[in-house]
Amino acid sequence: MEQRTTTLAEFANRRSLLKGLGVAAVGLSFGGLAACSKESGNGTDAAPSAKIAPTGEESKLNFYNWDTYIGETTLDDFKGASGTDVNMSLFATNDELFAKLRAGNPGFDVIVPSNDFVERMVTADMIVPLDHALLPNIKNIDPSFIDVAYDPGRKYSMPYTWLVLGIGYRKSKVKPIPDSWKPLFDSDQYKGRIALLSEAGDLFRLYGKYLGKSVNDLTAADIKTIEAMMIKQKPFVKAFHEDNGQDLLVKGEVDLVLEYNGDIAQKMVEDDDIDFVIPKEGSQLNSDTLCIPKGAPHPKNAHAFINYLLDAAVGKKITETILYPTPNAAAKALMPDGYKNNPVVFPPAALLAKCEYAKYRPDMQPLYEEAFTRVRAA
Amino acid sequence: MQDWKRQPGFFAAIAAAPVTWLILFFIVPLAIVWAYSFGRNTGLTSIDISGTFANYSRALEPLYFEIFLKSVAVAALTTLICLIVGFPVAMAIAFAPPRWKPWLLLLVMLPFWTNLLIRTYALLSVLGTRGFVNQTLEWLWNHCGWLMSAVGLPEPGPFQPLPLLYNNFAVIFGLVYVHLPFMVLPLYAALDRLDKSLIEASLDLGAGHWTTITRIVAPLAAPGIISGLIITFVPALGSYLTPELMGGTDSQMIANVIERQFKRANDWPFGAALSFMLMYATFILIALQALRNKTIEARS
Repeated sequence: MEQRTTTLAEFANRRSLLKGLGVAAVGLSFGGLAACSKESGNGTDAAPSAKIAPTGEESKLNFYNWDTYIGETTLDDFKGASGTDVNMSLFATNDELFAKLRAGNPGFDVIVPSNDFVERMVTADMIVPLDHALLPNIKNIDPSFIDVAYDPGRKYSMPYTWLVLGIGYRKSKVKPIPDSWKPLFDSDQYKGRIALLSEAGDLFRLYGKYLGKSVNDLTAADIKTIEAMMIKQKPFVKAFHEDNGQDLLVKGEVDLVLEYNGDIAQKMVEDDDIDFVIPKEGSQLNSDTLCIPKGAPHPKNAHAFINYLLDAAVGKKITETILYPTPNAAAKALMPDGYKNNPVVFPPAALLAKCEYAKYRPDMQPLYEEAFTRVRAA
Repeated sequence: MQDWKRQPGFFAAIAAAPVTWLILFFIVPLAIVWAYSFGRNTGLTSIDISGTFANYSRALEPLYFEIFLKSVAVAALTTLICLIVGFPVAMAIAFAPPRWKPWLLLLVMLPFWTNLLIRTYALLSVLGTRGFVNQTLEWLWNHCGWLMSAVGLPEPGPFQPLPLLYNNFAVIFGLVYVHLPFMVLPLYAALDRLDKSLIEASLDLGAGHWTTITRIVAPLAAPGIISGLIITFVPALGSYLTPELMGGTDSQMIANVIERQFKRANDWPFGAALSFMLMYATFILIALQALRNKTIEARS
């Protein structure tokens, strides 16, 4: 693709060329995205317009985000503040994001990979370093999120949300509180009323947690042990869900689900019979981050947009909608007590201390996948 | 009349666009995937096409081969149910009054107007634990309990919802629902062309309705039945969405495994090999059908 080989420095020159020749090519490369994209504001004109953003780039930005993961008016507000049209497309899993960018960036400027995929995409040379001089709002980030193992010094990624896996459950049907992985992983107590996340890596790591191991120290022998446990537990599990466990819980299909705290917190607003708990053995943390993929057509707009999202007031509006834990200390300070003191969104520190971020381990991933295929085939 | 084959210029002009389209967007991508199936991952995003058969030998390991066989069994059962359900439907349409036919055909084709994903989600809310089927059954259960005591049986206990979703039954049900039009339409086409006087003759000469269907209608409609079987079986074999959304913990089909190779496992060469195993199977099926047609033609 034309954009892919374009480096940051020569971009300004290339852009005019693109304007002249590349309209068809750009239109083509976005044809596939149009199906799942949501145009914000009124900028539906396909041809590059004469409008110039404050950054000196064409006033457009292509944002590749998770569903229900932005404030209701954030994109329009950004257009109001900077005049830049944000075209948001949605992905459902990190793997989808990776697969789409793997053969070259189809034109995205800002993407939202999770922590282990930041490592993976840095290894694969798929994302570019961020220019911290263009991101003054980095000062709003909670200092504990700056020097993280998966991206020391935040060279490539800015934290957008963090989240933790745990058990979402229906209070009236589940007694006592399932504060261990046992009812989910190793018991027939809730036969046919359990749904587990269908992410092989996450499942194996959490079983490791249940067995008292670190999520990052699993070996091939552990996989054998865990696989046997999973096969034994499988008859009691109703479904492996695609990160829509909260819906299964609300619809009454199951009474216990393995899910992220933010997903359950969103549903607790609608249904007060559900709750969320982090098992006492500890769990796995994730963090979704803002990154700029290599070959982004509007890298300066991308920096401006990331900086905008890290603003305290903007972060507050986003958080009000998505209800995920925010790593943005300034935005959190603006939130009402009902959010700040919500034990689902911000679990007790003693429990969080037992949770870990999963490292990207290229050697283990194929083993997890094949073992999980065996579990499903058993 | 001129033979159109003697007008190469005109023929080329008409064929150029579709042929280019086919080569560019079908043959070339397929060839790339085919090449991948002989490669191996050398990095996160790089594939070395080394001509290895390792992916194919892995695809033939018992684990994947059994999933493959299970997919064939699921697709075959789906096709069989479609045939049993679709044949009377096609008969009814073929023998309906002419002014009704377009409307009945429209009814069969109507589901195509809605996306498969939407239809599958609709099925989810029909079959769910608190879905329409279970709600109706629960209402009947609660309101007709007195019938049981009226005939001297004990009052029934509380209603237990039927497990209609997240199991193999749901997958078969969903597949039949989705693929039924594929079966009905070719069957209808064959039955509609049938010489109706042959049926009258059969009935006049003393054959019953069942004998007429099995000895007269079915053999005459055989080409339609066979093409119906194939165009139902082939997409059912590669179905991905239905087992993914409606299946339980053991309902994975080969397409779900292929999807995981391209996404979660990030193993495109192995995913490509699995896809091509599916393609080879399909090709063989179609080739057998073509061979069969040829021998029939040769005989007649």
